[in-house]
Amino acid sequence: MTITNVQPQTPGFVAAVSAAAGAFFGLFVGTAQGSGLMGVIIGAVLLAAMGFVLTGMTDKEKPLRWIVFAAFLVAGYAMGGFSVALVGALFGWFAGWFIFWLATSRYRMHLAPYLTPGQVLWHYTFRVICGAIFVFLITPILVVMPLSFNAQDFFTFTPEMLRFDPAGYSLKHYEDFFNNPDWQQALWNSLKIAPMATLLSVSFGTLAAIGLSQPHVPFRRPIMAILISPMIVPLIISAAGMYFFYSRIGLQGTYFGVVLAHAALGIPFVIITVTATLVGFDQSLTRAAANMGAGPVTTFFRVQMPLILPGVISGALFAFITSFDEVVVVLFVGSAGQKTLPWQMFTGLREQISPTILAVATLLVAISIVLLTTVEMLRRRSERLRGMTPS
Amino acid sequence: MTDTTQTGPVLAADGTPLKKSLARALRMQKLRALMLIAPLLLFVLITFLLPIADMLFRSVENNIVSDTLPNTVVALEDWDPNSGEAPGEEVFAALAVDLKAAAEAKTHTKVGTRLNYENPGISSLFRKAGRKVKKWDTEADGPFKEKFLEMDDAWGDIGVWQTIQTYSPKLTNGYFLNSVDLKKGNDGIEVRPENERIYIRLFIRTFIMSLIITGACIVLGYPVAWILANLPSRTANLLMILVLLPFWTSLLVRTSAWKVMLQQQGVINETLVWLGLVADDARLVMINNQFGTIVAMTHILLPFMILPMYSVMQTINPSYLRAAKSLGATNWTAFWRVYFPNSVPGIGAGSILVFILAIGYYITPELVGGTKGVFISNRIAFHISTSLNWGLAAALGTILLAVVLLLYWTYDKIVGIDNVKLG
Repeated sequence: MTITNVQPQTPGFVAAVSAAAGAFFGLFVGTAQGSGLMGVIIGAVLLAAMGFVLTGMTDKEKPLRWIVFAAFLVAGYAMGGFSVALVGALFGWFAGWFIFWLATSRYRMHLAPYLTPGQVLWHYTFRVICGAIFVFLITPILVVMPLSFNAQDFFTFTPEMLRFDPAGYSLKHYEDFFNNPDWQQALWNSLKIAPMATLLSVSFGTLAAIGLSQPHVPFRRPIMAILISPMIVPLIISAAGMYFFYSRIGLQGTYFGVVLAHAALGIPFVIITVTATLVGFDQSLTRAAANMGAGPVTTFFRVQMPLILPGVISGALFAFITSFDEVVVVLFVGSAGQKTLPWQMFTGLREQISPTILAVATLLVAISIVLLTTVEMLRRRSERLRGMTPS
Repeated sequence: MTDTTQTGPVLAADGTPLKKSLARALRMQKLRALMLIAPLLLFVLITFLLPIADMLFRSVENNIVSDTLPNTVVALEDWDPNSGEAPGEEVFAALAVDLKAAAEAKTHTKVGTRLNYENPGISSLFRKAGRKVKKWDTEADGPFKEKFLEMDDAWGDIGVWQTIQTYSPKLTNGYFLNSVDLKKGNDGIEVRPENERIYIRLFIRTFIMSLIITGACIVLGYPVAWILANLPSRTANLLMILVLLPFWTSLLVRTSAWKVMLQQQGVINETLVWLGLVADDARLVMINNQFGTIVAMTHILLPFMILPMYSVMQTINPSYLRAAKSLGATNWTAFWRVYFPNSVPGIGAGSILVFILAIGYYITPELVGGTKGVFISNRIAFHISTSLNWGLAAALGTILLAVVLLLYWTYDKIVGIDNVKLG
C-alpha cells in the first residue's frame, strides 16, 4: 500500500546515511579487532562508497544485493572461518537491503506525505527501540535452546559450538534427563500432581463461574475478590500459611496436600477465563432449552457446556501450567516424595549447576509453545462461537 | 378478558400477588447462584483462607511458655524485675516441677529455643537444666534455688527471668516488634542495637527494588504496548507471540536463562569480551547482586505490564491524535496532552499488578540475588525452613500480606477485579 509518491534519493543522501550505519557496525568489528576508531572509519567509508555507487543502479537491485551478500560472506570466511562468515552474511544481507531501501525511497512510501524528515526519523528510531525490547523479551529463551545441546558441561558457548563443529554438540544432557532416576521421578510426580489439581480447580471453578455470571448474585464483588486472591497473595505467604495449617491437619508432606494447594492456586485462572467466556453467553438459550422441556442438567451439558467449552479448556490449561510450574508452595507443602520438576530444577540451579537443567528448560519451552498455540486457537474458536470476528 | 376491572394487587397464575411471586423468584435465583458458588467458596476457605488465618494467628500466638512451664508462670506473676534480685525459692521450686515434666515429655528444648529468639543463650541453659532436673526428686530435694545456681550462674540473672516473665502470656506482640527491629526491654519497647537491625532495611530494600522493577517495566512496556496497539492486527498478533511466549514459559526456565546470560562466564560477558568492550580480566559482575535481580525480574514481569497497557491502548481512537495535530499540536503535545492521559488507566493497572507480584517474589531473588539482592520473602522462607522461628516468619508474612492487600484493594477500586484478563 503506497500512500506517498516518492522520488529516488540522491547518491549523497544514501551515502551519508549508509556511512552512519557502517560506522555503527564498524565500531563493534573494530573493537573486536583491537581498534574501535579504525573500525568506525573503515565501516563508514566502505558503506558510503557502496551507497554512492549502488544508488545509480537501482534497476539491477536483485543481482546487486546477491553480490553484496556473497562478498561479505566470503570476506567473513576469510577473516575468521565459519562463524564469522555467518555474521558477515547477515551484515551483507542487511547492507544490500538497507542501501536499496534508502535509494528507492521505499522507507517513505508507507508514511503519510505530510511528515517532516524529523518525524520520519523518529518513526524508524521508535521501531528500532521496540525491536530492542522484543529482543530483550525473547533472547533469554532463545539462548537456552542451543546451549542445551552443548557437548561440554558448561553453561556457555564453547569455541566448537561457535565454529558449528558437530563435535561441539550432543544430546547427552537430554539422555541424562531421560535416564537419571531423579529427573524421571520428578517428571512423574509433576504429571501426577498437575492433572489432579487441574481437575479439582476446573470442576469447582466452572460451577462457581456459572453461578457468578447469573444476573442477580448477592455479594458478587467480595466473593470475586476472595476467589481471585490466591493469584494476588504472594506465593511465599500462601506457602507459609499452607505449611503451618496443613501440618496441623496432617496434610503436610502428602500427595493430597500438594494437590489441594495447587488446586487453590489454579482457581483464579479458571474463574477469570470462564467468566470472560460467559460474558458473551446468551441467557435466552438456556431459557429456550428449558422451554423445550430440557431439565437443568440436560441444559447444562447440551447447551451451555459446548458453548463455554473453549473457555473452560483454556482455564484448565492455565491451571495446569500453574501447577506444573509451581515451586514455592510445593517446596513447603510437599516432602521429598512429592519432588516435582520445578523443584528439581530449583535445587539443581542452587546447588550443582548441570546443563541437564537447560535440556529440561528447552523441553518446557516446547511444551509452553504447544499450550500457547492451543489457548490461542481456543480463544478464536470461542469468539467465533459467540458470533464475534476473531482478531 | 373484558371483566378485568377488579381492584387490589395484580395476581400471578397461582393466586399469590405478583409482587410477592416475583420477589420469591428473585430469591430463588439468588439462592441458586449462591448454591453454585458455595462448593468453591468452601474449598477456597479450607485450602487457602484457613491457612492464611492460621499464619496470622501464629504471628501473635505464644502458648509454648505457659503450656510448658505452667507453675513457673503463675509463681512468677508476683515477682518484680525492678527489685534487682532473682525470684525466690518458690519460683525455682515451680520451675523444677515444670522442667522435670517437660524433660520427660522432651519439650523443654522447644521452650528453650523459643526464648532463645528473645534472649540468646537461654536455649543451652534449658537444655542443661533439663538433663539435670530429670534426676531430681521435686518433693524432697529442696531448696532448689541453690541447686539451680550451682548448676549455672545464669539462673540468677534477672534478664533470664525477665524474658520468661515477658513471654508468659498466651499472646504476644513480640514477633511483630522483632520484625520491625524493636524489642521488649526492661522499660517497655525499645529499639534493637544497630547490628541487629535488619528487617526495616530489608523491607525498604524490597520496596525500593520493586519500585525500580515497576518503573523499568513501565519504560520498556509502554513503547511495546503502543506499537502492538497501532500496528495492523496481523503483524501485531505475530509480535504478540513474542510477549506471550515468555509469559507462558516456566518461571524457572526464565530464571535459569538469566543465570546463563548474566554469570561471569556467561553469554553477555563472553560477547562483550569478544567484542573487546570489556577486558577479559575485568568481566562485569551482573549476578548475585541487585542488578541481577532487577534485570531478571523486569524480564519476568514485563508481560504483566504490557498486556493491561495493550488492552487499554487498543480502545484509544487513533483519530484523537490526528485531530490534535490538525488543531496545531506538535507531536509531543499531541502525545502528552491527548494520548498519554488516555493510556494512564493501563499504566495504573499494569503497575499495581507488577508491584504486587514483585514485592512478594521469592524464587528469582533466591537464585540470582546473592545476599544483597534478596527480598523480604527470602527471609520469611529462611525463618520457616532454616531457623525454624515460625512466629517471626508469620509476623513478617503478615506485614507483607497487609501491604499486598492494601494494593489489591486499590487495584480493585481502580481497575476492578472483574476486568482482569489473561492473554
